[in-house]
Amino acid sequence: MTVHVPAPLRPFTGQQAVLELPARTVGEALTELVSRHPELRRQLYGEDGRLRSFVNLYLNDQDIRSLQKEATPVREGDALSIVPAVAGGLKE
Amino acid sequence: MRSTMLWMPHAEYVALREHGEAAYPHESCGVLLGSTRGGDRVVRRAVPCRNVHAASPDTRYQLDPLEIVRLEREARAVGEELVGFYHSHPDHPARWSATDLAEAHWVGCSYVITRIARGRAEETSAFLLEGRDEDDKRFADEDLRVLDAAEEAAELEAISP
Repeated sequence: MTVHVPAPLRPFTGQQAVLELPARTVGEALTELVSRHPELRRQLYGEDGRLRSFVNLYLNDQDIRSLQKEATPVREGDALSIVPAVAGGLKE
Repeated sequence: MRSTMLWMPHAEYVALREHGEAAYPHESCGVLLGSTRGGDRVVRRAVPCRNVHAASPDTRYQLDPLEIVRLEREARAVGEELVGFYHSHPDHPARWSATDLAEAHWVGCSYVITRIARGRAEETSAFLLEGRDEDDKRFADEDLRVLDAAEEAAELEAISP
């Protein structure tokens, strides 16, 4: 499957924006990704081993939270996008 | 060290400020697509997005990640990339807030903020989210350069393959 890496994480993938990884589930793709690029682990996961709350993962056009999360099966040709949250505001 | 620069066509600059006026008293938000050059960014398009912060859209903004997925896909298809974001501060300064920093996660991208005072766009400022990563991030003032028509034509000429 294809994994799209957002600009802020590319320093941790040798500047690769797109990776092709063998995986049967979203979780396997993530495991393979951090195994190839170990510095990504602490960018994606908190100390509790869970994905950081601001890290969104979209399988094609769907949030994996609305699917089976990391157990979501993937097929050849699927695209997983890592999308850090974009938010803020004037209120302190 | 000099500030980094964010180059923006005049039409896109006007459009993102008008978006802030139209959204008032809510915060507007959107994505900046373009390219990077050295440490600088060149905007081609400022794309308005929905503010999906349901509870407090007058003091907070939030983009739908799906819009970002789709815009990045569109950008890739034409050789562009996501280079930053914009939002407005209704009746507050065009400076980043503690919330803006806490909730900014795109290190290496520009964040543009426009002050909307009583419905009218006033100053627009740009900040680069810099640092090594999420745990080392900070905003640095960025030099926002609005291109006039002649400069824009020269710019397009310079980047055409």
